[in-house]
Amino acid sequence: MNRNSEDEVRRHVGGLRVAITGGTSGLGLALVREFLNRGTQVAFVARHRDSIANVTKEHPGARGIVGDVSKKDDIHPIAIQILAALGGLDVLINNASDLGPTPLALLADTDCEDLERALATNLLGPFRLTKALLGALAASAREGRGAVILNVSSDAAINAYPRWGAYGASKAALHHLSRIWNEELTAEGVPVMSLDPGDMDTPMHAMAVPDADRTKLKRPETVAREFADAVGGLLAFMKPESQPTLQEAVR
Amino acid sequence: MIAATLPAQRPPDGKLLMMDGRGQIRHWARSRFIDLLGRGDLVVANDAATLPASLTGEHLRSGQPVEVRLAGRRTLAEESIRFPTAVIFGSGDFRIRTEERPLPPPMKVRDRLRLGPLRATVDAILGHPRLVQLAFDGPVEEIWEGLARHGRPIQYSHIQTPLALWDVWTPIAGPPVAFEPPSAGFALDWSILRSFQERGIDFRTITHAAGLSSTGDAELDALLPFDEPYYIPPATALAISHAHLLGRRVVAIGTTVVRALEHAARPAGSVWSGAGLATQRIGRTSRLGVVDAMLSGTHEPGTSHYELLRAFMDDDALRRMNEELGAADYRTHEFGDSVFVERIKPSAARFEQQCPAA
Repeated sequence: MNRNSEDEVRRHVGGLRVAITGGTSGLGLALVREFLNRGTQVAFVARHRDSIANVTKEHPGARGIVGDVSKKDDIHPIAIQILAALGGLDVLINNASDLGPTPLALLADTDCEDLERALATNLLGPFRLTKALLGALAASAREGRGAVILNVSSDAAINAYPRWGAYGASKAALHHLSRIWNEELTAEGVPVMSLDPGDMDTPMHAMAVPDADRTKLKRPETVAREFADAVGGLLAFMKPESQPTLQEAVR
Repeated sequence: MIAATLPAQRPPDGKLLMMDGRGQIRHWARSRFIDLLGRGDLVVANDAATLPASLTGEHLRSGQPVEVRLAGRRTLAEESIRFPTAVIFGSGDFRIRTEERPLPPPMKVRDRLRLGPLRATVDAILGHPRLVQLAFDGPVEEIWEGLARHGRPIQYSHIQTPLALWDVWTPIAGPPVAFEPPSAGFALDWSILRSFQERGIDFRTITHAAGLSSTGDAELDALLPFDEPYYIPPATALAISHAHLLGRRVVAIGTTVVRALEHAARPAGSVWSGAGLATQRIGRTSRLGVVDAMLSGTHEPGTSHYELLRAFMDDDALRRMNEELGAADYRTHEFGDSVFVERIKPSAARFEQQCPAA
């Protein structure tokens, strides 16, 4: 990327209002830091109050919200707090994920409850939160600010890895959901991305593959930078044509 | 009219009465609302999401139970939720008609309230024993969390099952600033918005903190609507200017949009963009300068929403509309049927006077 387009991307990220789920560890935490560094307003969601307090102590500019996206009754309270804190929303990043059973298990050994939990967190949660926040995102698009939804995907959404059944099936469904959202919402000015971060050195990866060689894993900070660039690039691409002047309108 | 008792935002059998600018009445299926619009029309809706503004708890001085219904705020800023106006109810809940609810204990300045995780002080009594100014304790983020988790949507006895927030958020809901739903927006869904695009109908939004529609107390109801803050985005104001310059209609979705746009009215049908506080009442003597037509719920005589209809039509037309709504079993309240009313533009009236055969 040349210098000019990098500046252009950063310009489109600065001043934005960004919400990130699963924001207290791994990629989510790296995204919180990356967007804060770029001058955006950030609200993040996580299940545990203590973890949130640790992040907001380090980053007092970010708003932490206690909530569990897998729970239907948490969605609107989360949405209310995001929208109250940010006064609207330009970017939603559905990052919170559930790995399914740990240690990873063959599908035949996976409890139904583990599959349900993975689907609730990785598919239904992003669907519900997107629905609850779509009005605000579409308003941003109409007002010329631009809006983007980023759903964090996985190569397990595409490839059939043994023992990754609950996670892989839920991420495959999220990936396809994202593609259909994108087809439907681009007309509203709210494109939807599904991005695979690759294998990262995160607590979740350590749970899934405890004996992985960490030196070969991507740093979540690197991925966060790539994702923020992708969001900025898409916003720059989606920038609406300038509004017609009164003279143009009556011509 | 009969009460709509189920929380269905877009019932398949929803009805719509249209009163056109000549006073002619027609009946439509509300699902075909879009057919009343034409290419170039500008539709403006209120994108406010509805707060869970009913808070149950205890009046600490008396130890008696209370329900606090948040009713107003001065601005749309996050911090303004700390100092809401509120109407206090006694014991019981929405299942009892508001007119029959037991009175709350007498409120005094500096009384303390415990509302789930929230604590509040009565800062002032606002000219009626049940209308108060509150001050919540604590950091603003804790107030929002307490409200989001403990509050319930305000509701009335015509719906006997508890409402969830998803029942009262319109599909386009954004900023959580309304105390009751801007329910005319229930008629919209994303499929209709897509059809607007396909038919060349422009769609824009404002944000208006819709307040209480009823308190069950005649004195308090006479004060409605309370002052309501709003925000008109520059893109919406520009679209309104364009529409009027091009002789196109501005169609408001709901009374709150009419109130905000007419409060922000400038000459020649344009509006100021930005934040404002709507303090006016719209009625018989109001001259609408911005809005040409409105989609709204059906409203009962005596309510402020009903009075607003007088700005669109004369007494005779309103009487005929009411008779027709009653005769055709239209449903009322927030999940009820709809009306679509056009106002007669003075220029059109003059034209007709000059050219009666036209």
